[in-house]
Amino acid sequence: MALTIINNVSIKGIAAAVPKETVLNNNEKFSTTTGVYERRIAPSSVCTSDLCEEAANKLISDLNVDKNDIGILVFISQTPDYQIPVTSTILQHKLNLSQSCICFDVPLGCSGYVYGLQIISSLISNGSIKKGLLLVGDTVSKQINPKDQSTEPLFGDAGTATLLEYNTVASPIYFNLGSDGSGFKTIIIPDGGYRNRITESSLESYIIDGLERRKCDLHLEGIDVFNFGVSKVPKIINEFTNHFDIDLDNIDYFVFHQANKFMNDKIYKKLKINNDKVLTSLHKFGNTSSATIPLTIIHNLDNIKKDTNLLFCGFGVGLSWGSCYIKSDEIYCSKLIEI
Amino acid sequence: MELNDFITHFVEQFDETPSVTITGDTDFKNELPEWDSLTAMSVIAMIIDEYDVSLKGEELKNCTTINDIFELVKSKK
Repeated sequence: MALTIINNVSIKGIAAAVPKETVLNNNEKFSTTTGVYERRIAPSSVCTSDLCEEAANKLISDLNVDKNDIGILVFISQTPDYQIPVTSTILQHKLNLSQSCICFDVPLGCSGYVYGLQIISSLISNGSIKKGLLLVGDTVSKQINPKDQSTEPLFGDAGTATLLEYNTVASPIYFNLGSDGSGFKTIIIPDGGYRNRITESSLESYIIDGLERRKCDLHLEGIDVFNFGVSKVPKIINEFTNHFDIDLDNIDYFVFHQANKFMNDKIYKKLKINNDKVLTSLHKFGNTSSATIPLTIIHNLDNIKKDTNLLFCGFGVGLSWGSCYIKSDEIYCSKLIEI
Repeated sequence: MELNDFITHFVEQFDETPSVTITGDTDFKNELPEWDSLTAMSVIAMIIDEYDVSLKGEELKNCTTINDIFELVKSKK
C-alpha cells in the first residue's frame, strides 16, 4: 500500500471538455442497472488530447496563468494521439508552454486522475516547480466494438485539465495508491501491443458469452470488475482512512470513479457513505475512464470553497487504484466546455 | 444452505422470466433469454450478499446449470 502525504501543494482549478454529440441509450434495463442514460461521443477527427487542450486553454485563460510558470505537464490517458511520441510533448507545443516544462504520459485509466494528482504534487512539493498541469481524459468510444452490448452503451469521451500550484500553507494531501497485476486481463485490449501484435485475426469478430468482440477491441470481464469493485475498494478506503485517521463523516464530497451505478452503490453501502455527499455524472456522460472524477466535479460544482473535505477514489484497469483525501484551498471550477 | 432457497434468490434477479420455468437443472445461459452480463452481475451480487461468497467470472463460465452454481457456492462456504 503506497500511503503518502504530500505537503505544499494546492489544486487551484479544474476544467473539462466533452464532445457535443450526445448518444442516448435505448435499453431501459441497461440504463437502470448501470446508471448510464446518455454519453458524449467524439468524432473521428477529435482525440482525447484535443479535449484536454480545450480544457487547459480555458483554465489558463480563466485563472490568468503565466504559461512560463508551468513547469510540468502530465497527460494521463489510454487513448494517446500516437504510439510514439508521447502526447504530452505535442500538448506542450500546442499550448505554447515553456521548453523547460517536464512532459510525460502515464497510460493509466480509471485510477489515472488520483495517480496524476500524486505524481504532479510530489514533483511540485519541494518548491522547484511553481505550477503543474494535469491533463486527464479518454475517448474510450474509439476502443470499443459498437456491437458489444456490455461496453458500447457504458463508455463516453471527455478531456480535463487540473492546475496544481506550490503553496507553503496548503493543507497536506493524503494518498493511497496500489496495484494488482494478477487482474490484468479483467479490462484489456488483447492485440495491438507487442505481446500480441496486430494481425488479420485481430480484426476478426467472434462471439463470446453472447457478446461480439474482436481482439483489437476493449474487453471487459464484467463479473471480475464487479468483484474487484465491491470487495477491494471498500477495503482500500478503510485501510486509507484508518491509517491516516480520516473520519468519513467529515467528508463534504465523495467523488468515486464513475464505473457503473449498480457496483458503485454497493461500494457506498459497504462504506456506509451518506449518499447526499456522493457526486455522480454517470447518467449524463457514462464511464469516461480517467476523466470521471474531474468531470463529475465540473458537472456538479461551480466552485469549491476553501477547507472543503474531498475524498476521491479511482479504481479499475490494471488492476490499479488510488484514493486521496484533500482539505482544499478554493478550487476554481470552470464551466463545462462542449466542442 | 438449501437449493430451493438458492433458486428463489436466483429467480429474484430476473424481471420477465416466469419462476416456474427455473429449476436446478436449468441451463441458465442457454435456456433463459433474459440471461446477460447484467443479470450475471446481479446473481454474483446476490451470492455475495446472501452467502458471503465471491465467484470469479471464469468459475461462473464453467457452470452449466443452476445446480452447478449452487454446488460451487456451497463448496466455497
